[in-house]
Amino acid sequence: MTPVSETTRVSEDTKPSGPTFVFNWVGRVGLAVILFWALVALAGPFLSPYPPGEIVDWDYFGPVSSDYWMGTDYLGRDIFSRIIMGARYTVGIALAAVTLACTIGVVLGMIAAVAGGWFDMILSRFLDAYNGIPSLLFGLVVVAAVGSSIPVLVLTLTAIYMPGSYRFARALAVNINTMDFVTVARARGEGTPYLITREIFPNILGPVLADLGLRFVFIVLVLSGLSFLGLGVQPPNADWGALVRENIEGLSFGAPAVIFPSVAIASLTISVNMFIDNLPTRIRDRSE
Amino acid sequence: MTGTHTKPPLVSVRDLKIGAVTDSGREVEIIKGVDFDIAPGEILALIGESGSGKTTIALALMGHTRTGCSIDGGQIRIGDNDVTAMSRRARARIRGTEVSYVPQSAAAAFNPSMRIIDQVIETTEIHKLMPKAQARSKAVELFRALALPDADTIGNRYPHQVSGGQLQRLSAAMALISDPQLVIFDEPTTALDVTTQIEVLRAFKSIMAQGGCAGVYVSHDLAVVAQIADRIVVLRGGEVQEEGTTEQILTAPTHPYTKELLAAFEPLPHQSVAIAEAEDQSPILEARNLFAGYGAMRNGEPAAKVLQDVSFTLERGRNLGVIGESGSGKSTLARALAGILSPYSGEVLLDGHRLHPDLTGRSKEDLRRMQIVFQLADTALNPGHSVGNILARPLTFYHGLRGKTREKRVIELLDMVHLPANMRHRAPSELSGGQKQRVNLARALAAEPELVLCDEITSALDTVVAAAILDLLKELQTELGLSYMFISHDLSTVEAICDDVLVMFKGEVVEALPAHEMSEFATHPYSRLLISSIPRLDTGWLAGLEQDPELIAQFANR
Repeated sequence: MTPVSETTRVSEDTKPSGPTFVFNWVGRVGLAVILFWALVALAGPFLSPYPPGEIVDWDYFGPVSSDYWMGTDYLGRDIFSRIIMGARYTVGIALAAVTLACTIGVVLGMIAAVAGGWFDMILSRFLDAYNGIPSLLFGLVVVAAVGSSIPVLVLTLTAIYMPGSYRFARALAVNINTMDFVTVARARGEGTPYLITREIFPNILGPVLADLGLRFVFIVLVLSGLSFLGLGVQPPNADWGALVRENIEGLSFGAPAVIFPSVAIASLTISVNMFIDNLPTRIRDRSE
Repeated sequence: MTGTHTKPPLVSVRDLKIGAVTDSGREVEIIKGVDFDIAPGEILALIGESGSGKTTIALALMGHTRTGCSIDGGQIRIGDNDVTAMSRRARARIRGTEVSYVPQSAAAAFNPSMRIIDQVIETTEIHKLMPKAQARSKAVELFRALALPDADTIGNRYPHQVSGGQLQRLSAAMALISDPQLVIFDEPTTALDVTTQIEVLRAFKSIMAQGGCAGVYVSHDLAVVAQIADRIVVLRGGEVQEEGTTEQILTAPTHPYTKELLAAFEPLPHQSVAIAEAEDQSPILEARNLFAGYGAMRNGEPAAKVLQDVSFTLERGRNLGVIGESGSGKSTLARALAGILSPYSGEVLLDGHRLHPDLTGRSKEDLRRMQIVFQLADTALNPGHSVGNILARPLTFYHGLRGKTREKRVIELLDMVHLPANMRHRAPSELSGGQKQRVNLARALAAEPELVLCDEITSALDTVVAAAILDLLKELQTELGLSYMFISHDLSTVEAICDDVLVMFKGEVVEALPAHEMSEFATHPYSRLLISSIPRLDTGWLAGLEQDPELIAQFANR
């Protein structure tokens, strides 16, 4: 007997169907804002009208004017320049930390899921215990011990967010690991590196990316929190969180100095989420 | 139309069209203008392969479509209700009261944290049909009518405390509690074992006979439908192929597709592919006193022992069938042989030499010679890779092929399993069930194995597609000189392809026989029960079937 019933369905559609990577407009807006901030971070020195540390106005908490587009801060420094330079710290540190945290977490999580046994047990319990340390307290101790510098901040934030990413990736990978296609690969004699990179990773990519977006936002917020406590980026430079902190008294004057950095933080975090939530379905729904 | 009904039909479906929008925004017509009627008290079977639209039509009778689908045209009338013209609210009112539904998987349809009786009478509460006490006593009556044991108290249990067959009957009680005019059975026995299926079918048949309500029975299995339906509608690709009384469809089908379905149901008995070369050749596969199980090991024995002392030999070029019901240890046997689950005692010999119990201890060559194909074709293919990549990997892994030669071999493999070459650019999600299973087979063949372990590879497929896969297996065997170990719960499939058969029950081999002697010479009571439980294409089979109740009590998992 010929498999008529199957082949007929094939012939009507021989070309791989449709465009594969399409963003909807919400995702595009998100991406545009992210790219905008990345560009600002890169081209910062060329864009800022004044040096960020220089006191340019004798008036503090100055209003929006043609000289100072976003007003001036509590010392009379130009907020516009400071936000542009702050983008370097906020976007750069958060991006570096989130990439490191998720890469280490996801790789370890997949290895733990595939290897199982004592490796999984020890690593999971260790990271659980580690996760028990409050993140700000941990940051405080580290910065107090070794001082605040950008590499220290990146590594501290990585250390704070890695265990969560590990847990998340491990939980996903454990599910995929029991699927028949992984069993088939295992029965073929494939080693752990192949199983992780080719069989498991493509199938957890969607949720992992969504998690990465969320974690990015958390890191921006914790960095702002650290700066707020004076542990983050050190003066005269400032990330956006620090800008909000140092100008907080201006709130009662209705000074733009505190509004614009807040708007910058909000625009970045919201657009990252808009972007991640609207990734092309090809990536997002793979493992669903 | 048979035109024998003088009364107006209870249900009439006219030119029903149901469409769907795919993820890429393309519109697809699923049901392309279907007409049929159901007289009061009549049971109509909708039969067809997966994707034929049988469940879609059945759901449409309740005015329901799955997400993304919509009723685009036509009319459905049930009694005085025009389902297609109703508002959502009005539709919700007739669901459960006029039309009710018995799903395929009763286990998934029951809430595990509620007592069964509360779920069974839920419909009466939602629609405020009768007082609670009355509903409860009615439910108990229904339990009794459905031949459930301990009818008075079974409702107080939780779903996990009853067997699968009982749960399926309880879900029928749930559907019938509100005296609907029409009950929709959506493949209610497909997930059950054959010995369990009989009891459920009997219960359905008797309750439908007394109840006087009409039924729609959706199934892919002609033999099951033959026992219960008055009329059959044969569907394919959303269109009615043939409609007639059960008797007429079974004995005098007119449409070629119906004939194909009937032919697929009774495959030709297997002709052995005798590769009688050297007589002194060692058997390709031998198992000696194999024990395996799951769970934590204690004193060298696992917590849950599954395989008990399994021994057999499989000669080169012959096929060994393993049959048994769910839980009999068939799949565990395949996993133990492949080393996925290492047996804790006994040994596996491939071509005379002893294999390491665990696959990590086996050489690449040993792994290559024995390949395994799984039941569920979709979960065995990585959704993240194209078909081409899936087939290419074993070629690289075992044979070191790359680039053009590998590409050429992938096309050859696809051709071997009768798939077009451009299929290699597709993702597994774009293939049908049968095509996926062919890709799985092709992946096993890519290793150039001598033995293929087939674990229920046709069980999840439609009859016609499964028959085509069996033909393919036979063809590949003659071309490549393969041996198969074929695991199935379906005796007719095993008979179609195997030379020898092992009957398994609770992890033990209870009988080993040549396949053609199976039906006549099986001596073990369990084998006899299993053989007698397989539905035949005969409307009177169920009524005439007599089974020893003691035997059933002993072996059937009802």
